[in-house]
Amino acid sequence: MDAAMRELSYAQAIQEAMAIAMDMDERVFLMGEDIGVYGGAFQVTGDLVERYGTDRVIDTPISELGGAGVAVGAAVTGMRPIFEFQFSDFATLGMEQIVNQAAKMRFMLGGEVSVPVVMRFPAGSGTGAAAQHSQSLEAWLGHVPGLKVIQPATPHDAKGMLLAAVADPDPVMIFEHKLLYKMKGHVPEGHYIVPIGKAEIRREGRDLTIVATSIMVQKALDAAAALEGEGIDIEVVDLRTIRPLDRQTVIDSVKKTSRLLCVYEGVKTLGIGAEVSALVAESEAFDYLDAPIVRLGGAETPIPYNPDLEKATVPQVPDIIAAARDLVKGVR
Amino acid sequence: MPTEVILPKVDMDMATGQISRWFAEEGAKVKKGDVLFEIETDKAAMEIDAPASGTLRDVTGKERVDIPVGAPVAWIYADDEVYEAGTTQNGAPISPLVGEMSAKPTKGGAVPPASQSVAPPSALPFLRSSGAAATEGGPGISPTRGEIGQSPSGGRATPLARRLAREAGLAIADVKGSGPHGRVVRADIEAAIAAKGAGAPEQPTADTAPQTPVEAPAAAPKPMSDDQVLKLFAEGSYELVPHDNMRKTIARRLVEAKSTIPHFYLTLDCELDVLLALRTQLNAAAPMKKTDKGEAPAYKLSVNDMVIKAMAMALMAVPDANASWTESAMVKHKHADVGVAVSIPGGLITPIIRHADEKTLSVISNEMKDLAGRARSRKLKPEEYQGGTTAVSNLGMFGVKDFAAVINPPHATILAVGAGEERAVVKNGEIKIATVMSVTLSTDHRAVDGALGAELLGAFKRMIENPMGMLV
Repeated sequence: MDAAMRELSYAQAIQEAMAIAMDMDERVFLMGEDIGVYGGAFQVTGDLVERYGTDRVIDTPISELGGAGVAVGAAVTGMRPIFEFQFSDFATLGMEQIVNQAAKMRFMLGGEVSVPVVMRFPAGSGTGAAAQHSQSLEAWLGHVPGLKVIQPATPHDAKGMLLAAVADPDPVMIFEHKLLYKMKGHVPEGHYIVPIGKAEIRREGRDLTIVATSIMVQKALDAAAALEGEGIDIEVVDLRTIRPLDRQTVIDSVKKTSRLLCVYEGVKTLGIGAEVSALVAESEAFDYLDAPIVRLGGAETPIPYNPDLEKATVPQVPDIIAAARDLVKGVR
Repeated sequence: MPTEVILPKVDMDMATGQISRWFAEEGAKVKKGDVLFEIETDKAAMEIDAPASGTLRDVTGKERVDIPVGAPVAWIYADDEVYEAGTTQNGAPISPLVGEMSAKPTKGGAVPPASQSVAPPSALPFLRSSGAAATEGGPGISPTRGEIGQSPSGGRATPLARRLAREAGLAIADVKGSGPHGRVVRADIEAAIAAKGAGAPEQPTADTAPQTPVEAPAAAPKPMSDDQVLKLFAEGSYELVPHDNMRKTIARRLVEAKSTIPHFYLTLDCELDVLLALRTQLNAAAPMKKTDKGEAPAYKLSVNDMVIKAMAMALMAVPDANASWTESAMVKHKHADVGVAVSIPGGLITPIIRHADEKTLSVISNEMKDLAGRARSRKLKPEEYQGGTTAVSNLGMFGVKDFAAVINPPHATILAVGAGEERAVVKNGEIKIATVMSVTLSTDHRAVDGALGAELLGAFKRMIENPMGMLV
C-alpha cells in the first residue's frame, strides 16, 4: 500500500502513538486494568506488553483510585505515565486524584511541579453496555481548571493528539468514543502532533455551523452530506478539545453562517453544547445570529440497555438532519 | 411571562391551519393538558392541549380562518401573573381574512383577488406597526386594529436582523417578519433595504437584489381570476362559500395530478355472479360475536371489500405495475397498499388498507368500516391516508355504469368501479343473462405502459371471476 495513504483504525492509531512515545522517551510507560496480556478491554494496547515488557506496560489491580494515584505520583516525580481507565464511567472512582491532586498541584505548589500525566477514557454509548459503562462524562472534567480535556474524532487526530498529550506538561484527559475504535482513516507514519486547543473545520459551508464533538463529528458530516441535495450548505466544526476551548474558530464560523447547532453525546443539560452556545451568545458573533441557537445532546436519562432505547437517547443522523433543516429553513 | 399558545404544525407540508373549534374561551381557567382547541389540517382534525395552566387571555385565533403555523392564537397567564388587556404581543386581533370576506363582498360583487384570501405568514398583524398594516387590507377588508403591545425595540427579530436594520437606518417595527412567530430575519431586512432602494427606476444591483425569489413568469395558462368568474353572474344571484382546507387540498392535488401525470384508460367487464354467490355464502357463515349492541356477525363482506382484495392480489401477480414514479428511479413496491376513496361531507378522502395482499377479506372489511367511519368524523391520522400504492374508487352504488378516475399520486394506477347490473351477454353463440360490472383502470403512463396495465386489469378480472382465489 502507498505509504502516503496508509489507513489504520482509531485503536491502532492510539497503539502506534503509545509505542512511538515509549520509543522516544524512556520515561513513558502505560498503566491500566487488563492492558497487559489481555491487551486492554478494547484491545487498544494489544501486544505492547510483548514489545515493551511488564515494566512499561503495567497491569493494575481493580482500583481506579489507586491506579490514578500511582500515575499522578509518578508524573510528579518525573515520569510520563499513560493511564487507561477501562471505561470512562470509572472516572468517578479516580476523581480525587484527577480533580483534587493532578489538576491543582501546579497551582498549589507555586508552579514548582507539573503533573504530565495522560489519562485515557473509553467513553460513550452504542455498545449495549448499559447505564454504568456508556456515559459521556467529559463535561465533568472539562469543568476543572488545571486539566486539559480532548476528544479526538478521527484516527489521525487520535494519534497526533495523544502524542501532543504525552509532550504536554499538564494532565491531559483523552475521551475516546468506543464506537470510534474500529473507524479507519489515514494515519501518517512516524511522530507528528495535532495541537491541543485547536478546533478543526471538517467541512466548509455557509448556511449553518454545526459544532460537534467526538463521534458526533462523523454523524454531523453524514447529515451535512444528506442535506447537500436540498441545497443546504453546512459547516462542521470538530471541537477536538473541550478545555481549553477554541473559541475563535467557533465564533468565526458562526459569524460566517449566522446559525449554530451544537451536537454532542453527553447529556444535553450543562453539557458541551451549553458552553458553546453561551460562548457564542457572549461573543461578537451574537450580532450575526439569524436564528436561535439549538442544541442536540443526550437525553436526560441514564443510558438504557435496550438497543433501540440506547440509540434513542443520543442524537442520530436523522435527528441532526431534521434540526439542521428546520434551522436553515426558518422553522425554529 | 405568560405562555404563548401557537398554532402548531401537526402535519408535514402544513403552512396554515384553521381552528375549527375552541373548547375554552377568553378568561377561562385551563389546566396543562386540557384540550384547548381543535385544529383542522388539510384532511384531518386534531385536538390541541394547553401548554400550561392558568387563565386563557387574548384569544385572537378565530375559528375558520387560515392561520400560519407558529402564529400565536392565545396566551395563558399563570395565577401569579397580572393580566392587562392588550399587553401581550398579539393584543390585536388576527385580521379576519377568509371568514369576513365572504360576508362583505365589495361593491362590484367581486371578492379580492385570491392572492389575498390566504394570508402569507408575514401578513399577520401581530408584529407590525399599525401604520404598515393599514395599507395592507385590500378592498373589502378593513380589520379593526387594536393597540399592539410592542417592546421598545419593536417585536421579534434576530440579533443579525437588528444589527442590519440598525446599520441601514431601518426600524425593526417597520419590517414584516417572515420567520417563526413572525420573527424578523436577515432576509426580511435585505428585502426591505432592496425595496427602499427600488424607488429609483434603475435595476437593483446584485448586492441589493431581494433574496426572496421574484414570481416566475407563468409558463402555463392561468385560470380565470375570481373577478373574471364572478363578472359572469348577476350580483345577488349567488352566495360565496369560502373554501375549507379540504376543498383547497382536493383542488390543488387534482390539478397537480391531472396536469403532471400522463393518464390513459383501460376498461373491462367482469362477471360477478360467482362472486356474489360466494359473498352470500361467506356472510351466512360469519360467526356471531358479542358487541355493545348485542350479538352481531363477526364480519359482513361487501363487494367493494372483495374488489380491494382482488386489486391487491392482481398487483402481486403483476408486480411491475405496483410502482410509483419518481424522476430518478422507479419505486417498485413490495406490498399492495390500497387506498379507497370515501365520500365525506364537503369532499372525499382516501384511507389506505395497508398490505391488503396479506389480509383476509374479513380483516379488510372490518378495517374498511373503521376507516370509513373515522374518515366521516374527520378523525383519521395523516399516516392513515398518506401514501399507498394504488386506489379504488367505487361509484357503483349510485348506479354509475362506467367512469374514469384521476390518479392520486404517488400511485401509478386507480381503479374506477361501476355498478354491477344484469346485462345480456353472448356465450357460445347464445344470449345469457349475467351480472356484469365495468371497471376502468387509469394508469400513469410514465410508470405503467399499456400492455402492463392490460395485464394488471386481466389479473383483476380473473380474481373477480374466480373469487375462491381470494380465500387462500
